[in-house]
Amino acid sequence: MSAKRTLPAAPTLAVPAPARRAWRYPPLNALIGGSLLLGLIGMALLGLVWTPYDPLRLDLASRFQAPSAAHWLGTDEFGRDALSRMIIGARTSLWISLLSVTFAVVAGTFIGMLAGYLRGWTDRVLMMLNDALLAFPGILMALGIMAIIGASQYGIVLALGIAYTPSVVRVVRASVLSLRELEFIEASRVIGNSELYTMFRHIAPNCLAPLCVLATSMFGWALLSESALSFLGLGVPPPAATWGSMLAASRPYIASAAWLGIFPGIFISLALLAINLFGDALRDRLDPRMRK
Amino acid sequence: MTAPAVLLSVQHLKIRAGVEGPLAVDDLSFTLAPGEIVALVGESGSGKTMAARAAIGLLPAPMQICGGHIEFQGVALDSADAQAMRRIRGAQIGMVFQEPMVSLNPALTIGRQMSEALKLHTTLEADEIQQRCVQMLQRIGIKDAERCLASYPHQFSGGMRQRIMLASVMLLRPALLIADEPTTALDCLAQLDVIELMLELTREQGTAILFISHDLSLVARYAHKVVVMRNGKAVEQGAIQDILLAPKADYTRQLLEALPRRGELVPLPVAEGPLLEVQGVCIEHPGPRSFWGKSLPKRVVHGVNLSIAPGETLALVGGSGSGKTTLGRAVVGLVNPCAGAIRFKGIDILKAANRVHRLQCQMIFQDPYSSLDPRMRIGQILAEPLRHEPDMSAAQRRERVAQTLVDVGLAEHFVERFAHQLSGGQRQRVAIGRALVRRPQLVIADEPISALDMTIQKQILDLFERLQKQYGFACLFISHDLAAVERIAHRVAVMNQGEVVEVGERDAIFDSPQHPYTQQLLAAASPLEKLSGGGYRIRTG
Amino acid sequence: MFRFILHRLGMAVPTLLLISVMVFALIRFIPGDPALLMLGDMADAQSLAQMRSSLGLDHSVVTQYLIWIKAVLSGDLGFSISSRQAVLPLLLDRFSVSATIVLVAVGLATLIAVPVGLLAAWKQNSPMDLGLVASATLLLSIPSFWLGLLLLYGFGIKLGWLPVVGYVAFADDPFKAVTYLVLPIVTLTLVEFGAIARMARASTIEVLRLEYIAHARAKGLSEGAVLWRHALRNAFAPTWTLVGLILGNLLGGIAVLETVFTLPGVGRLMVDSIFARDYPVLQGCLLLITCIYVLVNLCVDLLYPLFDPRVKL
Repeated sequence: MSAKRTLPAAPTLAVPAPARRAWRYPPLNALIGGSLLLGLIGMALLGLVWTPYDPLRLDLASRFQAPSAAHWLGTDEFGRDALSRMIIGARTSLWISLLSVTFAVVAGTFIGMLAGYLRGWTDRVLMMLNDALLAFPGILMALGIMAIIGASQYGIVLALGIAYTPSVVRVVRASVLSLRELEFIEASRVIGNSELYTMFRHIAPNCLAPLCVLATSMFGWALLSESALSFLGLGVPPPAATWGSMLAASRPYIASAAWLGIFPGIFISLALLAINLFGDALRDRLDPRMRK
Repeated sequence: MTAPAVLLSVQHLKIRAGVEGPLAVDDLSFTLAPGEIVALVGESGSGKTMAARAAIGLLPAPMQICGGHIEFQGVALDSADAQAMRRIRGAQIGMVFQEPMVSLNPALTIGRQMSEALKLHTTLEADEIQQRCVQMLQRIGIKDAERCLASYPHQFSGGMRQRIMLASVMLLRPALLIADEPTTALDCLAQLDVIELMLELTREQGTAILFISHDLSLVARYAHKVVVMRNGKAVEQGAIQDILLAPKADYTRQLLEALPRRGELVPLPVAEGPLLEVQGVCIEHPGPRSFWGKSLPKRVVHGVNLSIAPGETLALVGGSGSGKTTLGRAVVGLVNPCAGAIRFKGIDILKAANRVHRLQCQMIFQDPYSSLDPRMRIGQILAEPLRHEPDMSAAQRRERVAQTLVDVGLAEHFVERFAHQLSGGQRQRVAIGRALVRRPQLVIADEPISALDMTIQKQILDLFERLQKQYGFACLFISHDLAAVERIAHRVAVMNQGEVVEVGERDAIFDSPQHPYTQQLLAAASPLEKLSGGGYRIRTG
Repeated sequence: MFRFILHRLGMAVPTLLLISVMVFALIRFIPGDPALLMLGDMADAQSLAQMRSSLGLDHSVVTQYLIWIKAVLSGDLGFSISSRQAVLPLLLDRFSVSATIVLVAVGLATLIAVPVGLLAAWKQNSPMDLGLVASATLLLSIPSFWLGLLLLYGFGIKLGWLPVVGYVAFADDPFKAVTYLVLPIVTLTLVEFGAIARMARASTIEVLRLEYIAHARAKGLSEGAVLWRHALRNAFAPTWTLVGLILGNLLGGIAVLETVFTLPGVGRLMVDSIFARDYPVLQGCLLLITCIYVLVNLCVDLLYPLFDPRVKL
């Protein structure tokens, strides 16, 4: 499993213009990606209030039922309704991914801007630390941290957040470095603005574009990482339902109850596909403005 | 077999983007005889580049020829198949592009790139090819030709790269050379250099040139025929002398009018002392950083002394690398001199404590495309400097912004717009407005018009003159083109390699330059002068 | 050139040092008696006392670190609690399995994806190009462990062509060993193909827009020569960076595939060691993998000037 399942955003000269008022018809990948994403989010939100069956309720009488009218996606080895568990899984996965990405973006932007703007020794030290952290591949970092904290929902969030912060730092720093050379930053200093003010008023808003693209990609990585960790048994502990753990649990029964292994995988793939398509569309939208 | 009378013939050429796009080239016709130099002149959007690309069959993807013919040595180019075109390209028609920084492949050595075309179109042996490349490089003045062949493009300067490009294209002795703004990205001395080289090489081999340029005065010296283009149409064409003496079309007249000319200067106020004094300033650039500390710093400005009186425009002129931009940046505080003093009205503005006085010097940057924050509206950009005026209320600020917009000739509704919605000329007006909104006493203009079209340049200079009359600010006008400052400078300082080589009143400098470098710059400047009858002619002497 | 290598090596050393500190700290932070952690619950009092003194637990943390790093540099990474094997040989053994799969798969994926991406960029927006983008995006979105499961199900169980569980070392029986490796390698190749192809395509499109390509065409070069000689070199650089990133990530990510196909690789070793609370092994794994990551990055950086002569320091 690789943490970089979507393209890392190349830190190009980030001078995009803000979106125009006139909305032309959105491109295909935005439509498909966006609607899939909305569907999944809708599913997750639905899970907050209602599921067809109680996802935790054991019903040993109806184990291993193939998909039917009563149980759309069948039942698992404990008789639990697969669809309900899938819905709850959506909620868990999306929530964990969102939180870890937010953590990484906030921490990473702060550190990246500091390093990029101040340069000198601050930059060197921060980048050395950053490179060392980057050397821990995402899942390794997560494993390591969870060996200490133990498996829990917030443990995973923290672990993934720390694992992805270095990437954000890199991208933000690269943005800042290329922006610094642009004349409007110099103009800000000539006008008399302080370094701090210039950083927040001029540099930060112009870093948004590559940051958005990266954040979207990271959302995908986080989702995949969380599924992988659950698959390995290191995710949110049972009986919580996550797509990854459902996939892992289906392994012994792959010959007899194939549906248990197929559906969780389909959902994970759909989620990743949605994020990738949407991320692509986002990058295309923000990118061409970077050229005159 | 007698040489054909017509080498290239373009008849009623029409090019458009896709099937329904607007016409980029509309009914263009001209001919080129062997050994003749024809210039296609026009501003951005005139279609001149597209026409040239069509001749060599390299129109960018959405563009296509939708009407007319192009014939080269009797062969129809617009309908030739890909393979036939490839045989002609390089061997019969060579092309030199505009940007020397990107027209050579950074990943391949010069030698490989130069020999590539020879390998393709001739049956010469490898060492014969090597020989020819070496000879050609020596011809263009590169002493260590062997080492040059083994080097990479990034190791050379812009002017050098352009010469290498020329050399490699002329190696094949094409019958026609298409030069697409080959010198636009270079400073005026390098420009002259490259063009002279081009002429030498083509004269030797009898190559015809199709010269694309936006600068009529540049081609006036060399071209036999000129085609003036605007919005895809040929507005006027004919022999260069005819066009200059009696331009028929209004647009041609406009282009010629846009050339800067000496006029009356803005009257200077009575002053007690100089506004700005630069004394013995030396500036160093830090050397490239390596793991074990920095290497030696490079000195770019050596002991410069200058002074500017209130309301005066001092032009600072020099080629690239002369240090003029660095000096300008030092005055506004973007670089710190390592020696010397800069005084504003007697106060040393290098000291941090005197920052308030330093703010009396503002700057207009060179590139209109990157000097405005793309995320801010024009109104916000203009209002930002007023943050440092503590005594202004919000209403007063709004008024000042509105006033500034009027001053620079932009309508009221521009306040809401973003920078990317404006043209280059409009953006530069905003940049001027931003510099003036606090009514500074000194404005540093760093090549403010170099990136603009000729007619827009004239407009901006007009604006500048008007504003100076209105507000009476002094100006340090930095430029690489001596001609551009002829109009507005009271005094001129010429810099070369970090030193001021000559300073003087405008008329003295232009009429009788003393220093050889100044004379060189003057020779490279616009050669046209206006005649009393309304026409123009090439300046002699 | 030599200075460049020296410089990059010089930059790597502090990173390695920092990593060792982090790994050391990570394991130390695990709640519990360090000696007990290293020996497991079954240890007797005497060995515990021995372990305590050899770890230097009565000294400062810095001393403990120095003792540890000294042992590491001389090849002593401790002993596994569960299997009583020496950690370093165990690690290297397992790592060779993982490395084989990763290198072969990524190598294959690159060899196929780069030319395909190049061609797709050349014929941008043609049916072939759109087909590539669609399939690459799809492949990109499928989790490797699921794809592995599907392939296992299809080829292993339903069709019975390939073995489902286990592993045979190459040295023992080359032919059989290959059959065990086919499915994991194919899975990984498919999964990484998507990302590499897309990057190759995107960077080639970028490059084809540049002026030196127009210049090359103006010389009369055929499209093939333009693509191969001029475009590829420059377009390859970002792809090379991506390959480095992928290799680095697979060092940890290979764990899922090893779990699916029950292969004795280093990823599964790491996961098992967490469940078994086998901290010496976990520590060894972390150290090995992070150091290899730094080395991989170093190699990627050192090969960069091959593609981009502008890169100096």
